[in-house]
Amino acid sequence: MVQFTLPRHSKIEQGRHHPAPAGAEKTKTFKIYRYDPDTPDNPRIDTYEVDLADCAPMVLDALIKIKDEVDTTLTFRRSCREGICGSCSMNIGGTNTLACTCAIEDVPGDEVAVYPLPHMQVMKDLVVDLTQFWAQYESIQPWLKADSPTPEKEWAQSPAEREELDGLYECILCGCCSAACPSYWWNSDKYLGPAVLLQAYRWIADTRDEYTGERLDELEDPFKLYRCHTIMNCVQVCPKGLNPAKAIAEIKKLMVERTL
Amino acid sequence: MSLATPIARVRGLGSAKEGVAHFKQVRVTSIASVFLTLWFVWSAVGLSGAGYAGVTAWLGSTLNATLMLLFIGVNFRHAQLGVQTIVEDYVHHKLIKTVSLIALAFVTYGLGAASAIAVLKVALSG
Repeated sequence: MVQFTLPRHSKIEQGRHHPAPAGAEKTKTFKIYRYDPDTPDNPRIDTYEVDLADCAPMVLDALIKIKDEVDTTLTFRRSCREGICGSCSMNIGGTNTLACTCAIEDVPGDEVAVYPLPHMQVMKDLVVDLTQFWAQYESIQPWLKADSPTPEKEWAQSPAEREELDGLYECILCGCCSAACPSYWWNSDKYLGPAVLLQAYRWIADTRDEYTGERLDELEDPFKLYRCHTIMNCVQVCPKGLNPAKAIAEIKKLMVERTL
Repeated sequence: MSLATPIARVRGLGSAKEGVAHFKQVRVTSIASVFLTLWFVWSAVGLSGAGYAGVTAWLGSTLNATLMLLFIGVNFRHAQLGVQTIVEDYVHHKLIKTVSLIALAFVTYGLGAASAIAVLKVALSG
């Protein structure tokens, strides 16, 4: 059955407190999930008081400042710092989002709670294991598949056909949507999740691809596709403003269409 | 602990190549259920105070008996499909899941058959 309570060694304990530097003008408290697999300790919540007067505006800026100036052991992924690479996805203020595009002042409440993406295996602190997520992405063969001879120039596509990919190609695979999906929480071993299904539809909708039927064949499965119950958490959290639920609904419509 | 590669684990046994039939049946039975349930509630309200004789006479009508059988069939099938989804979502133990789904079929088809026979008994004896 689904496990609703945390195992004994996953229960979160109170951690260390790092006060604001002397003379801080505008203090903001960050409560950050910490877990070190190299120690037998349970996860803990460390408290960091950051002077916003001496910090750039985004949550990622505060995390980098903490790592640079307060606690070098704090571990998280980040790269582009502008919402393109998808590395810094985490749970901030109860919502999965990108730390680099999440303004500190937009986080509701007095404190900023920062946790790793939910229901993912935590490797250390805010870093989760995305091995399965990437394998699921690989499984949908996210590349152009065609039997026709490769054209001398590019594969032709009309402007209208190209527009079909708007709202799909922008996905940066940060995993915020999949980690927010209860169906993915319960059945991530078999359900592909909103991010990967949106990517699958990106190739199904691409008129240059010649394997639409085979792609639909691979997805027609009670678990790979039909665990989506249109809960819509994916839409709510997507930091790029995309609509994975609509993409999944489009796949389901095509599944029906080819039986009629 | 399995040493299978991540992609091998994800591919697993491959696609079951089914699911669209279940998807379509859930939608079609829900549309049918809206009309049949409205008809059933409207009829039940109309029959209040009609007494045993009034209800059996009402069910003796071919149209009412047919709609009643459809109401039973559609709703039990819809219930089975819905509970099947819940079991598949939350029950991960293979044996318990299989037994649950078989038991679910027995219960819904059994109750549906019993309800249908009750309707037919009344409808045909009138």
